[in-house]
Amino acid sequence: MKVSVKYFASLRELIGEASATVEIEENTTVDALWLSISERKNVEFDNVMMTVNMEYVKPGCRLTAGDEVAFFPPVTGG
Amino acid sequence: MLVDIRKESFNAYQEILSYQASQDFSGKCGATASFVGSMRDFNDDRKVTSMTLEYYPGMTEKHLNAIAREAIEKWNLLDVLILHRIGKIKIGEDIVLVASWSAHRKEAFESCRTMMEQLKSSAPFWKKENTTAGSKWVEKNTSG
Repeated sequence: MKVSVKYFASLRELIGEASATVEIEENTTVDALWLSISERKNVEFDNVMMTVNMEYVKPGCRLTAGDEVAFFPPVTGG
Repeated sequence: MLVDIRKESFNAYQEILSYQASQDFSGKCGATASFVGSMRDFNDDRKVTSMTLEYYPGMTEKHLNAIAREAIEKWNLLDVLILHRIGKIKIGEDIVLVASWSAHRKEAFESCRTMMEQLKSSAPFWKKENTTAGSKWVEKNTSG
C-alpha cells in the first residue's frame, strides 16, 4: 500500500526532499516507516516528531493506505 | 474566534483593536489578556539579523484552531484571537499574538498563558535564524 510522507525544517534538508510517496507493507507502524527511511537516507536524528493525517501519534501507530505521514524536528514557533 | 497565519508583517496591538471593534462583546467583556512575541536581534549570545519561519500548511491551522476552541470551551471565553507570522521576519516585527476576552481576569489570564504555552510546545512551526555567519535552525524553544 502507499502512503504520502512529508518532511519539514532541518529534517527536510537532511532528507533532501519535502515529500514522497512510499510503498509499505500493511500494518507497518509509523516508527518502522521512519526507521526504514532514515536508514535508506542515512540520516540520524534524535527526537523526531511524527504525525499521521495531521495529528500527533505515538510510535506504535499503524498506518493505513493513503495516510499522510509527517516527520519533523521539535517545534519552535511562538 | 479568529486564527490566522500571516506572510505579511502585522502590528499586534492594532490587530487587537480592530478585531475587538469587529465583534459584539462590549458590555459583556470585563477582561482582555494578550501575549505578543516579537523578533529579537540576539539569541544565546548570537547576533541575529533576521529569521525565517516554516510551517505545515493545513496542520498548523488545524492545530491552532483546536487550541483556540478548547480554550473558549474550558474558560467560557467571549472570544480568542491567534495570529502567527511565517516567512522572513525582520528585527522588531511581531511574530505571534494570542489574545483572549472574558468577563473576569482569571479566565483571560489563564487561557492566554495556556494557549501560548500549547502553541510553543506543539504547533508545527520552525524557526531558522539568519546571522552574519550563516543560517541555523533553532533546535528547541526556551522553557519560558
